[in-house]
Amino acid sequence: MSILNLKGILTPLAALKQMGKEPHTINFPDEQKNISKIYRGFHHNDLDLCIGCGNCETICMNDAIDMIGLAEIAGSPGDSGLRPRIDYGRCCYCALCVDVCPSGSLNMTSEFMKVTPDPYDFLMTPGKDNPEAVDKLSFKADMETTLNLFDRVPMRELDPEERVKSFAEVFLGYNEEEARIEASRCISCGLCTESCPVHMHIPEYINAIANADDEAAIKIIYDNNDLPEMCGKVCTRRCEDVCALQVRGEAVAIRWLKGYATSRAENAEMIAEIVKPEVREPNQYKVGIIGAGPAGLTAGYYLALKGYDITVYEAQNDPGGMIMYGIPKYRLPYDSIQKQVDYMKNMGVKIHYNTRVGKDISFNEIYDNSDAVFMGIGLQDAWSLGIQDEDAEGVWSAVDFLGKANAGEILDIGKRVVVVGGGDVSIDCSRVSKRFGADVFQSYRRRVQEMPADPEEIEGAEQEHIHLMTQTIPTRVIKDENGHVKGMEYLNAEMISEGAGRPRPVAIEGSETIIECDSIIAAIGQKANYDLLPKEIVDNLEMVKDKIKVNEDRLTSIPKLFAGGDAVKFGNSDAISAIADGFAATKAIDKMLMGK
Amino acid sequence: MTREKETTLYLGPQHPGITGNMMIKLKVRGDIVVSAETHLGYLHRAFEKLIERRNWLQSFTILCRFCVPEPDPIELSYALAVEKLEGRVVPERAKYIRTIVSELARIQSFLLWYGGQSGSGGLYTLGQWSVGDRNYILDLFEDLTGARIYHMFMWPGGVRRDLPEGWMDKAYKTMDYLEKRLDDYNKLLFDNAIFQKRSQGVGIIPKDKALEWGVVGPPLRGTGIKHDVRIDEPYAAYDKIDFEVPTYEGGDVWARSLVRRDEIVQSISIIRQALDNLPGGSYYNRIPNPMKWTVPAGNAWAKTESVRGEIGFYLVSDGSNKPRRAHLRGAAYAHGISVLEKVLPGENIADVSFILNSLGVCPPEIER
Repeated sequence: MSILNLKGILTPLAALKQMGKEPHTINFPDEQKNISKIYRGFHHNDLDLCIGCGNCETICMNDAIDMIGLAEIAGSPGDSGLRPRIDYGRCCYCALCVDVCPSGSLNMTSEFMKVTPDPYDFLMTPGKDNPEAVDKLSFKADMETTLNLFDRVPMRELDPEERVKSFAEVFLGYNEEEARIEASRCISCGLCTESCPVHMHIPEYINAIANADDEAAIKIIYDNNDLPEMCGKVCTRRCEDVCALQVRGEAVAIRWLKGYATSRAENAEMIAEIVKPEVREPNQYKVGIIGAGPAGLTAGYYLALKGYDITVYEAQNDPGGMIMYGIPKYRLPYDSIQKQVDYMKNMGVKIHYNTRVGKDISFNEIYDNSDAVFMGIGLQDAWSLGIQDEDAEGVWSAVDFLGKANAGEILDIGKRVVVVGGGDVSIDCSRVSKRFGADVFQSYRRRVQEMPADPEEIEGAEQEHIHLMTQTIPTRVIKDENGHVKGMEYLNAEMISEGAGRPRPVAIEGSETIIECDSIIAAIGQKANYDLLPKEIVDNLEMVKDKIKVNEDRLTSIPKLFAGGDAVKFGNSDAISAIADGFAATKAIDKMLMGK
Repeated sequence: MTREKETTLYLGPQHPGITGNMMIKLKVRGDIVVSAETHLGYLHRAFEKLIERRNWLQSFTILCRFCVPEPDPIELSYALAVEKLEGRVVPERAKYIRTIVSELARIQSFLLWYGGQSGSGGLYTLGQWSVGDRNYILDLFEDLTGARIYHMFMWPGGVRRDLPEGWMDKAYKTMDYLEKRLDDYNKLLFDNAIFQKRSQGVGIIPKDKALEWGVVGPPLRGTGIKHDVRIDEPYAAYDKIDFEVPTYEGGDVWARSLVRRDEIVQSISIIRQALDNLPGGSYYNRIPNPMKWTVPAGNAWAKTESVRGEIGFYLVSDGSNKPRRAHLRGAAYAHGISVLEKVLPGENIADVSFILNSLGVCPPEIER
């Protein structure tokens, strides 16, 4: 080395001036490191908030997350009962699981140290194994940073001012672009499938819609639902109540998406062409079906596909039962039902209209000539209000009112109408009355938030300027000298909470008020009418309250007599439950007759 | 020398002078290298194949593992390629944040290089300092991304999180601190007679061969050729920022080191400018639901400038929710194999690690 490079030898000695300076390391464990506010350390899961959708498990490509059952977590509708367990030998702390967690229960903490000789200790169930870490939450996905899409594609609808002028369909349905975007929000967790009475393959058909394969979607839909277009318009959609996205945002519009897919098949022939169901060779068995409502049609369709000789007996002029006569046309147009029924007829379902069992044909004749009978008779008779002068002219039952309105009759209900009730049927009555030009007042005992009606329907009613009179209890009908309704007296109610149940409306004494009106429509529920059955059958038919008792196969206490729909005690009283009944009975009948 | 017998010497894969999991099979005569052959296969994880099995977002978590010391340009290249395929617009703020993160990544990687370069020359003090100072940048990363090394921060559409409160101040202060420290580094390394002696004229890449050999990044700029993706094909917010691309003549370890030294100064300046001019608005143009996110069919090539040089992703989409093919091309592929094998013959065994460090070789980037 040249002596000339003295600078090159001496300059590095400048390092010596660092001696004695404070080190910039910390003295662990006496000193602790300052940890970032969004540090990606061990997870923490709010076990109560978590719904066990498993989206974290799906996004994790390290297989670090397993959904496991915990003794303290019981499943419920909208909660699979499973919770994520994380293998920290596989976790790469990417936090994608946090970013895709729809409920926001899974977060990361600033905890990152664990020393243990047992490798199984690194299998941790966040929230259960580290409850104290809730105070150290760091990396979170809030509404801004989440990867979930919480906002639903809005449904286009007719302007309220416009729609009350006719029975035109209110909801216009998604167009192709809207449907694709809406379908792409689904995270395919399948919580919806569990809560659907028929267990439709919801994630699968939504996936098909998202992938622009509408025909595949239709095929999947028809696998266990023969009236999907109806469901796509008016289903009570319990699937959406449990959608993982509704915890923090808006549920995927499962109903509208089904409606979109089925609307792609424009007529019965197109449905057949797309669905191309597997049809078994005809067999020697005959099945009689009483009632062409959703339960009866479903049993008829799926049994026909299995080769049975199906005859459906329907008292009315048109098929559909309550979906034809109970649901207003602005929600479910006539053509839509006809299209779906035409398809079923093409598949071998024979329907005898205007054939009232017990009058035009005896129950025993059907029963004796069939190898199995399925009865889906629905609830025909209305519950009365049980108040004074209810028999006055101008007091309608909802079944009667909607039945006539749906049959196309123009009803004279006057200028002011009071509808009593809080369910979907009552809202239907109100909105139909509005379309007949009346000023409508809806009386309900409880508050709006307790109304059993679909919130979307309540909103629709409010948009149409239907006056909701909540916390009102009707006490008597007021008649004029001709015996016609001229008003209704009611009491205001206050909500009293007692115990765990929902608050009870209690009338306030002395709050009698009279509302003038030309008609009153009682929409407080229906009951079944068993007049069609002979006495020996009625005597032997086991009932639960006033509904028919059935087992899981929808078999009644009478041999080879199956039943479904609103008249049985199984599930809820709605169309999709009726379809579920029909579908379950199909399987049971097939098993009974064919042994498979 | 000619009387000495030719011997085979295996440098690595377990050797402190190797910059990762690779091995150099050297044929030596005495202490002079006659030929060199790079051997790989010690950490092949089939990342490119794995990406084909993952949806467009899931791949995001393995991108940073292509090159641990500087994962960010790889994340950014992938994001840019996906954005190109989709035509996804990235908000201005995200572009500036991407620029800041990229430059922070450059600085921390240069500081790590300081450790490797001086350490392989027997000068250990500087390595302690620079790796210590690097932690101040890792602190910034931790505050911004939630992790010190595997940031997983830049994804298609923008960046994952906005700058947290107080982060900008911290970043300014860190830049001021580092700027002061650079003088200390100079005294220990560039003014050091030992370093000068060992680096000048060693590991020469001839200027006329550099492009032919596929040399990029600081090694190319160390031959006097001005080439930088940030200038030539600007991405992120580089087109709105004023900065120099330093070049030095000579093509030896010394020139490459000077380039890196000057680039830290430029990076600090870029970060300050980006912080000064950081626009408001959104930091992220939200992607669809990752589970159902499909990318239009087509192919795209997007590249960025890493500390090792140009690095890019080639992506092919068949319109589904997963890439049909993903390919990463980084500087280490050329530098670690063909360039190294051409440069080493004639050099001293003691300089092999020294030269290797000066080229910027990250073996996981070679074994994709």
